[in-house]
Amino acid sequence: MKPSAFDYFRPASLSEALALLAKYKDDCKILAGGQSLVPAMNFRLARPAILIDINDLGELDYIFADDNGLHIGALTRHAAFHRRVVDGPLGALLSKVARHIAHYPIRQRGTFAGSLAHADPASEWCLVATALNAAIVAKSIRGDRRISVGDFFNGTFATDLAADELLAEIHLPAMGPGWRTGFFEFSRRAGDFALGMALAALRIEDGIVREARLGVGGVADRAIRLESLEDGLVGHAASPELIDSIAREAWALVTPVGDIHASPEYRRDLIATAVRRALTEAAA
Amino acid sequence: MSHIGRSLRRIEDRPLLRGAGAFAADCNARDQLHMRVVRSPVAFGRILGIETAEACALDGVVAIWTIADVAELPPIDFRQMGLEALAAYRQFVLARDYVRYVGEPVAVVFAVDPYVAEDAADLVYCDIDEQAAQLDATAPPVAFKPDIYPGLLSEPAVLRRAYGDIDAAFAAAEKIVAVEVKVGRHTGVPLETRGALGVYDADKDVVTLYGVAKVPHYNRDAITRMLGLGPGRLQLSEGHVGGGFGIRGELYPEDVLVCAAALRLHRPVKWIEDRKEHLLAANHSRDQVYRLRAAVDKRGFILGLKAEFFTDQGAYVRTHGTTVTDLSAAMLPGPYVIPAYCVEGHIRLTNKTPAGTYRAPGRYESTFARERLIDKIASDLGLSPVEVRRANFIAAEAMPFDRGIQTLGTGVVYDSGKYGDLLERVLDRLDYDQLQQELAARRDRGEHVGLGVACFVEKSGLGPQDLVRIRVDGRGTIEIVTGVASVGQGVETVLAQICAETIDVPIERISVVHGQTDRIEIGFGAFASRVTVMAGSAVKIASEALRDRALATAAKLLQTTPDTLRLSNGTVEAIDGGASLPLGDVALHLEESGGLTGEGRFVAGHMTYPYGIHAAQVKVDPSTCGITIERYLVGYDVGRAINPMLIEGQIVGAAAQGIGGALLEEFVYDENGQPLAASFADYLMPTCHEVPEIEVLLREDAPSPLNPLGVKGAGEAGINAVGAALAAAIDAALQKPGVVTQLPITPARLHAILRGRRP
Repeated sequence: MKPSAFDYFRPASLSEALALLAKYKDDCKILAGGQSLVPAMNFRLARPAILIDINDLGELDYIFADDNGLHIGALTRHAAFHRRVVDGPLGALLSKVARHIAHYPIRQRGTFAGSLAHADPASEWCLVATALNAAIVAKSIRGDRRISVGDFFNGTFATDLAADELLAEIHLPAMGPGWRTGFFEFSRRAGDFALGMALAALRIEDGIVREARLGVGGVADRAIRLESLEDGLVGHAASPELIDSIAREAWALVTPVGDIHASPEYRRDLIATAVRRALTEAAA
Repeated sequence: MSHIGRSLRRIEDRPLLRGAGAFAADCNARDQLHMRVVRSPVAFGRILGIETAEACALDGVVAIWTIADVAELPPIDFRQMGLEALAAYRQFVLARDYVRYVGEPVAVVFAVDPYVAEDAADLVYCDIDEQAAQLDATAPPVAFKPDIYPGLLSEPAVLRRAYGDIDAAFAAAEKIVAVEVKVGRHTGVPLETRGALGVYDADKDVVTLYGVAKVPHYNRDAITRMLGLGPGRLQLSEGHVGGGFGIRGELYPEDVLVCAAALRLHRPVKWIEDRKEHLLAANHSRDQVYRLRAAVDKRGFILGLKAEFFTDQGAYVRTHGTTVTDLSAAMLPGPYVIPAYCVEGHIRLTNKTPAGTYRAPGRYESTFARERLIDKIASDLGLSPVEVRRANFIAAEAMPFDRGIQTLGTGVVYDSGKYGDLLERVLDRLDYDQLQQELAARRDRGEHVGLGVACFVEKSGLGPQDLVRIRVDGRGTIEIVTGVASVGQGVETVLAQICAETIDVPIERISVVHGQTDRIEIGFGAFASRVTVMAGSAVKIASEALRDRALATAAKLLQTTPDTLRLSNGTVEAIDGGASLPLGDVALHLEESGGLTGEGRFVAGHMTYPYGIHAAQVKVDPSTCGITIERYLVGYDVGRAINPMLIEGQIVGAAAQGIGGALLEEFVYDENGQPLAASFADYLMPTCHEVPEIEVLLREDAPSPLNPLGVKGAGEAGINAVGAALAAAIDAALQKPGVVTQLPITPARLHAILRGRRP
């Protein structure tokens, strides 16, 4: 469990970091929190020749809200979300979700952006980004590129980022006061990756769902937004009966794979449960 | 002041709390080399060649060995329960002809730092003709090493035990009740992985091995034999040990290789196991399938029990020989009378990591099987599980109770026990009837909650003997030297308490030396919950000898007779007041004649048998298949508690491990024998979130008549019945008696049960 040899750079500016990325491309990896990368290196599952440590880049350590939503810089740690980073339902949701990510010490180091760049299909932040229709800002010496989350994840541990690009910012759309959210996750132990999870956000007016966001994670090679089921919610009251039928539809839509922790049959039932509970919480 | 029975804080904690511990990785020597083991990537196959040239060329690599370089080394022998028939199944320190499990050592690299060593190990290429792996211990046996040992099959032994008239029992039965159950493959996972530092002292021509644990004296002798060393040329030195649990400290290939390399390369050699290696290379355990048939009468009394079981021993038979299977066969009847019994225990090899003992070996498994059977008897006959247990208990008046069979070479004779009494105390603590009503009411409201109870007999204090020497110096400080070992269980404190009580000295003056082969010639180590029973008794005997010598000497100096004197707070004083003499002064007076010392040897032909009861209350969420343990109680009779706090600590820690094996931990393999749980991401240890507060009901109702302290062991009480109690509680929560037949009870298995499929 000793990593193979690598070179280490700790650039002092973003432009310097981007220049290094452009120079070394696939030979290098960005080191932010290192909570997935460093264990992978110790197991020698990852053998980057070069690490570019971005922890000195204060310009990437930000989180702010404006009229468009929430902007999360690449160095924002999971723990930053323990408190509500923005008033209203979005801040509350992120705070709730953050507590499901691994354990307290890991949350002090690991970053939101790192989770997305790593693209674990059972990552909570990947589900948040997918369900809430995030945009990802990638930077390179070639310029900035804004990637819709729908185009970002290419599968397990695979994203649309080019070899010379740095995931610099995540943009989550604003969520007005009419929104209500629900999140449910089940894992074998506290802090483990989810065996199944669901996130729901509903904008309810006069008892009727006007807008809906619904996503599930841990069941496929990436988090999935269930847009057809969102459509089924809009224009109706989120009654227990409707929620139940949406959960059954979610069950039919997903085709989970099995692993040593969960059979496909179990995972599929679990996803229905997660959808039911997340929606019930949001509708409450 | 009395010391026995008090929850004194541990005297060994000072260096640990100050960060001054000396664990294996803390040991270093100038110019040391680092060893890295190249491990088999496949589960079974003929070795065609091992290519090391590219790795050897790497800068910093000093040597690379394969079996050809250590061809003279015999395989690792049995420490206990060896049989002639097992000899061919022993493991060589490096793979010979075949690899038989993923993780088997095939080569070792010695390099100037651990990074280079790992780089080089990656470059060693194992050319192996992979063959189909055997992964099911209940399947018909196959060839062990096909063309090397023609006809030698993967069933090294079948152990048979029987007593009573089993045919008559079954002929008289009101009903036959059968179960088939399985306990998954898991093991002890100490926080500190294994490690070793071998240092050769050319001046003295002595090799010293650091980082040892559990059985240093035995391992000294075994390595000495393997390396063909003369007496006194190898010493083993135990430092701090970060957990043992039965698996750590047994003799493994790496220990032998480190010593051999230190001798041959004339440089210190260090090896620190990484976690992935640990999960592949250190002993696995459990992994048994039981098929039980009981002949019962109307009350649920077991007239006779027929048992067949299979132990998945993994790739080789290691130091424990038949121990796990032997203990399983002998301890399966537990606290119940069972007048007729016959059992057949199959030891089967597979292409998995070799197995050995892990805390409550053969009892965690057999208790699960037996208690599942008792629950099934109750449900089949429409009786309460508690009632059936009462009907079967061995009565207190029947003690000592000779089971009529042997284990570990000694007759199974329960020395003392009040099983029925402990059950009533546990039920009382639970407020059992009231609690069952509350749970029934919650179930009526739609919750899935239930209570399970499981009973067991433990064994402890395995002989044959232990030796203790105590010496007082001129300042009145006392040193206890023993050959037992400390794996963190509080040995120093407990032995010091017994000494302080016996000779009435302040405990602060006592230090305890353990696990040092150069300090005492024999020692039998730390396993089988034996240390307090064996070394504790030896300390008492040695302390009494020392006290007698001190009083006799002081009597001469004070011109009186010993019977007028007593020891009090480290001083010899006249019983009627007046003259007194500090113990240190007595020691100074004896300096010329060997000092103030006492020696105690305790020899035991039989083990002691503590017993206990676990009760678990769980809540199941059928939608997620999540299990929450709402309450967990361990009732245990330890005979006599030297330090109740340390016993409770033992019980709580063991219960946590039991929960791991019952709900989380499992070594899973794919169809090719590739391990799928080879890191902490997939081998799930319980954390503080999964383990509830463990309540302990500690009793001293049945002291052992077999030793001068009346003590029994405490190391394995907390783990023994966890699988059994949780299974019963989950049955009750689901109101489906007998549905849990396999550990661990994973969400996917629970899901299969709830959906009516075979798990």
